[in-house]
Amino acid sequence: MDAFMAARMQMGVSLGFHIIFACIGMVMPWFMFVAEWKWLRTNNPVYLDLAKAWSKGVAIFFAVGAVSGTVLSFELGMLWPGFMEHAGPIFGMPFSWEGTAFFVEAIALGLFLYGWKRLNKWVHLYTGLIVGIAGVLSGIFVVAANGWMNAPSGFDWIDGKAYNIDPVKAMFNKAWFSQAHHMTIAAFSATGFAVAGVHAILYLKNKLEIHAKAITIALTFASAAAILQPISGDLAAKNVAKLQPAKLAAFESHFETQERAPLIIGGIPDVENETVKYAIKLPGFLSFLAHGDFNAEVKGLDQFPKDEWPPIPITHYSFQIMVGIGMFLMLIAAIFLAATFKYKHWLEKKWWLRMLFIATPLGFIAVEAGWIVTEVGRQPWIIYGIMKTKDSLTPMPGIQYTFYTISVVYLILSFVVIWLLSRQIKVLQAKYMSNG
Amino acid sequence: MVEINFLIMVISLFLYVLLGGADFGGGILELFTRGKAAKIVTKAIAPVWEANHMWLILVVVILFVGFPTVYSTVLTALHIPVLLVLLGIIMRGSAFTFRHYDIDEKRPMKIYSAIFQYSSLVTTFFLGVTLGGIILGEITVDYREGFFEVYIHPWLNLFSMSMGLFLVLLFAFLAGIFTVSEIKDQEYVQYFAKVTKRLLLGLVLTGALVFITAELEGHPLLMEFIQSPVSIAAIVLATLALPFLWKYLNNPNRLMLRLIGGFQTTMIVIGWFAIQFPIIVNIKDAPDITLQNAGAPYKVQLYLLIALVVGVIIILPSVAYLYKVFKFEEKSVRENE
Repeated sequence: MDAFMAARMQMGVSLGFHIIFACIGMVMPWFMFVAEWKWLRTNNPVYLDLAKAWSKGVAIFFAVGAVSGTVLSFELGMLWPGFMEHAGPIFGMPFSWEGTAFFVEAIALGLFLYGWKRLNKWVHLYTGLIVGIAGVLSGIFVVAANGWMNAPSGFDWIDGKAYNIDPVKAMFNKAWFSQAHHMTIAAFSATGFAVAGVHAILYLKNKLEIHAKAITIALTFASAAAILQPISGDLAAKNVAKLQPAKLAAFESHFETQERAPLIIGGIPDVENETVKYAIKLPGFLSFLAHGDFNAEVKGLDQFPKDEWPPIPITHYSFQIMVGIGMFLMLIAAIFLAATFKYKHWLEKKWWLRMLFIATPLGFIAVEAGWIVTEVGRQPWIIYGIMKTKDSLTPMPGIQYTFYTISVVYLILSFVVIWLLSRQIKVLQAKYMSNG
Repeated sequence: MVEINFLIMVISLFLYVLLGGADFGGGILELFTRGKAAKIVTKAIAPVWEANHMWLILVVVILFVGFPTVYSTVLTALHIPVLLVLLGIIMRGSAFTFRHYDIDEKRPMKIYSAIFQYSSLVTTFFLGVTLGGIILGEITVDYREGFFEVYIHPWLNLFSMSMGLFLVLLFAFLAGIFTVSEIKDQEYVQYFAKVTKRLLLGLVLTGALVFITAELEGHPLLMEFIQSPVSIAAIVLATLALPFLWKYLNNPNRLMLRLIGGFQTTMIVIGWFAIQFPIIVNIKDAPDITLQNAGAPYKVQLYLLIALVVGVIIILPSVAYLYKVFKFEEKSVRENE
């Protein structure tokens, strides 16, 4: 592995690790907020236990998310100093707002976690709401900064330097909105299904009320998100078709520019011969999805010089995985809706709980796949059309070793977090079992 | 405009040293006192440590938005010590959280504590080393020179090492002050007062070491110090406060201890800042990076300042509220318990 590849992999590992903790840190506070609210409304102590149990999870994920986020803010400069030197002043504004939002989130979470006895009940509930709102805002700010890398705006690029910088225009770049709603919804969906899945397997073992309540809260959020996500995804794809046709062509493996372009489902892209083997092709559907018209022309990879092609197989597979999982989660959401309003007995069925358990990691796999699509799909550019990733690499040799180190640390940390959570759950289980 | 943003950055750095210092120092103090302080430290810093952490992020954001060459130059030349700081931050942050939330079992707790303590030490040391590298002026921007010259020598030198030691003792000292003013048990008060006094002595000595090693490495820190009235005034004031600190360590007064400890740290930061200003990073073979040549364009600075001011307006009352709930109300809660 050369230094360039190692730097990209290190960035990928660091982001991929952080994104999971960030998602949970911004979504789970909403669950604990609802649980506490329900407790205040119904006086059912199960809701209080649930809010407390979830808040412990939030604390662990938030702390690890905070440190991995700090690491990222340094890594950007340690790995891509050429990029940050130019981009920092332009796309830094959302980061400074993100700092504020995150600060508020940290403070509110501190109050929530340690203030059970010290704060008025409703003030306490309110701090939980602030955690949720600030968390979602900080997520949106960071995604807006990423949007700028996909749709750079707010500056003039002359001879390798930026002039006339306008940080506001840069923040409200053309990609920020579609990326922000797509990501926020994805976070709710992924976290919701993960939480529901964990409680489903526990419920399968022991029919405790707390798990049933937990599943209902988590699935309500997750299902709403899963049903909205295809609409959001469609808007996002149309935006990519307009702004980054090479990325669209890569994840669709669409080599040849044509009208009535087919939607390619599955298959193995053969980059050398510019075809996709063993795929299902739906004529005209790509044109429709990208431009809203079955006969529209969709730009293929042939419009771009080969050295500006993103890596095709990995973006193609990732896209298929993301969409496939999205469809499956939407199916679960539909069943949940049907069950809630008509077939209540389904909620107790083994097949249903098993289905939820299977879905536990799926949302996060889709989130990771989606980030691979957008990040790898932007290559070879770090600032789309302006600066190539390889030109911004640190001159320091030996990045391979920092990559190995960071990967090992994150791998160990992941195992510890999972182990820690399983211990927490065991304690909670034991408590309920002894209570009868 | 550039000056204000820079000032805010220095203030956040200062707050990080002061608040985060007590938190990092907590781990070091635990290590030095073989875990005696563990419970007290945890109790004192748990609700606020997440917020402490944010000051560092604020520094980083101001740097890459407002002073991008500082950010990219420092992170290239000092890549290795910064990486060690980051690994330390990951480990101590996670271990601290795990220790707090995991179920109480002896073996894992021991491991978490050990990781928290040692990584607090390593993180602080390399944070000091990094600062030393920025001050010393051995950073080169000619990347064609050898690996050692470009990526090792700027921080692997006597001066940076003594800066590392200095910061370790400073943070441990701050944590000591914090602990002495926090605990109630008389026996422990005396024990920690003794430890803090030793740390203070060590701090003064390493302070001298910093100046000596600067001369050895050919950086005229002493000369610059003598020529700066502000620095001299700051150090004189800090020294004058020492007897008072000693007095209150013998006879702990919660408020006075914190005030004087905070005052001395402020003086150290001001003293250093007066020498360094307006240079931000000393460079070996090119013009130094200064406030004048590193600032991003006017419009960027303006929006950065707006964001910072709005941020401060939102954050300061919240931080004040957080401290109010957990620090000042602690007394009444204890009494109620």
